[in-house]
Amino acid sequence: MAFDYEKYLRVDHLPHIWCPGCGHGIIFKALLRAIDSLKLEKDDVMLVSGIGCASRLPGYADFNTLHTTHGRALPFAIGAKVINPKLNVIITSGDGDAVAIGGNHFIHTCRRNVDMTLIIFNNSIYGMTGGQVSPTTPFGAFAATTPYGNLSYHLDFLKLAEGAEATFIARATSYHVKLLEQVIREAIAHKGFSVVEVMEDCPTAYGRRNKFRSAVDMMRVWKDKCVMVDQFRQLSPEEQQGKIPIGIFRQVQRWEFVDELHRIAELAQQAPEGE
Amino acid sequence: MPGPKFRAGLRLMSGNEAMAEAALYAGCRFFAGYPITPSTEIAEVLALRLPQVGGFFLQMEDEIASMAAVLGASLAGAKSMTATSGPGFSLKQENIGYGCIAEIPCVVVDVQRGGPSTGMPTKPMQSDIMQARWGTHGDHPIIALYPDSVEEAFWETIRAFNLAERYRTPVILLSDEVVGHMRERMFLPKLATVSVYNRRKPRREPDRYVPYEGGTQDVPTMAAFGTGYRYHVTGLFHDRTGFPTNDPAIIETELRRLHRKIERGYNEIVKWEEFFLDDAEEVIVAFGCTARSARAAVKRLRSRDRKVGLFRLKTIWPFPDRAIRQIARRAQTKQFLVPEMNNGQILGEVQRVVAGKCAVDGLQRLDTEMITPRQIMRALRES
Repeated sequence: MAFDYEKYLRVDHLPHIWCPGCGHGIIFKALLRAIDSLKLEKDDVMLVSGIGCASRLPGYADFNTLHTTHGRALPFAIGAKVINPKLNVIITSGDGDAVAIGGNHFIHTCRRNVDMTLIIFNNSIYGMTGGQVSPTTPFGAFAATTPYGNLSYHLDFLKLAEGAEATFIARATSYHVKLLEQVIREAIAHKGFSVVEVMEDCPTAYGRRNKFRSAVDMMRVWKDKCVMVDQFRQLSPEEQQGKIPIGIFRQVQRWEFVDELHRIAELAQQAPEGE
Repeated sequence: MPGPKFRAGLRLMSGNEAMAEAALYAGCRFFAGYPITPSTEIAEVLALRLPQVGGFFLQMEDEIASMAAVLGASLAGAKSMTATSGPGFSLKQENIGYGCIAEIPCVVVDVQRGGPSTGMPTKPMQSDIMQARWGTHGDHPIIALYPDSVEEAFWETIRAFNLAERYRTPVILLSDEVVGHMRERMFLPKLATVSVYNRRKPRREPDRYVPYEGGTQDVPTMAAFGTGYRYHVTGLFHDRTGFPTNDPAIIETELRRLHRKIERGYNEIVKWEEFFLDDAEEVIVAFGCTARSARAAVKRLRSRDRKVGLFRLKTIWPFPDRAIRQIARRAQTKQFLVPEMNNGQILGEVQRVVAGKCAVDGLQRLDTEMITPRQIMRALRES
């Protein structure tokens, strides 16, 4: 039976703003299927975003939705999660939003292990503003602000997440849709902070500047280069060259921040009077 | 609410401590902040005290995150607060603007120090007056209060929360290094005697809730996220439903409502103290720590039969235009003097309101030292 997306959409607010060939719609659908398969109540789901193409997603979804300032979705989300822990908080963010202007919040939310899920829509470019270089733009690639090629090395922010002790780290792509849905589902179900990178494409702002003839050509890269992380780890360093690991990289249990805050508040309220 | 956690009685407290304690009386249950002198004691007190009343304290990774977390917590239903000083106040500004347009109640304390930039962390200035008004971009309304004593710091903090909740807006609670750090006697009231206002919640069913419908007071009701009202909040221009719009007529209508809701509240929001003003020929307009010197100057000059009075601003923004204009129109009013620890930020406001009806002089000090009563007396003699 076909999946009923309309159950979760604000149909009145469609069509969306995304361009033909954009990967955002694929990720959106995987997210809705994941939420559905977890049988979450719509009232208990909160989508939070910053600024950018990916950040327009919450407006189309029939949940509690919060479209914040550029880079700041995570701290907004933390405030809400602390006050109402029963909310399943999911943050949709682009690569610029999450790890350039929002990079500091990204590091510290990983370290705090707040029970939320961050999905980073990584299309290696600032799409909404017309194709400027982002922290994940490959070295040498062309963007509106790197007409002579990108001089900076791209950021592998999943390694940053690992360094900051995030408890759930995964990568999927807009090509591997079954994996994408599975990874998002497990990320939401995980107790702690989950980071999901979704590699996807922006044919409009990135592809046309970097010799991709179509969105399909761009997706073919994910098909050709991606290897499941278990297999990837068995490859020699030479064999790993040019390959992109996908799947769940890390999943561990640790004290969760909001639970601990609430535990402290309960203990402190019971404490006897004293200076 | 666990009553015994609030102990009424006489205490010796600093202004910062009084603000922290008052926040709890007002119902604040969430604080997010970042260490910065001279406001840090507010965070330190609340780190200890908030859990005791079932609340939550977060030290965030920076000032911007602190402001964001405060807004997120408020949207989930909690009265929320942050505290900072000049450089941090600058960093918070974008999200303060978000609070203005998304109409999210919260209290932002700015304990002023020397500036611009790092300036002088451990000494007072009063140079964030205009930043409190116009710090965030866009033509937004704002409420800013500024107490001048420890006792008033307590009560104005409670008023700041009540106004934030009443008008669904960020309220800036100004202080300065002197008010924040000096210790005075403070009589902590019984919790039950403090009048507290809570945001109005929607009475309608979720499917009929219009999140930004102003109603007769131009202040929309506010549903907490996660209580069955699934709605959208954005910093983009939005219509009454909360969804983005680029319809020019709706944008203008909604922005005008934002301003109107604060203008309607003028009588409730704008407060001041009149000290020997009835027959005053010379009127000092002062605020915060400088008002303390001004009061001393008035007392001394009155003992010499000089007809001097003090108009002390308790609300800085909206500015008390009407009250000052009335005083300027009195036959006996000859002169205004505006002493302030900045380069004339309130002087310009008083000149605007007085509009040439009588003389308006400034007395400014930019060296991080308090303006003394003697300086004010000398300025009056010279003018």
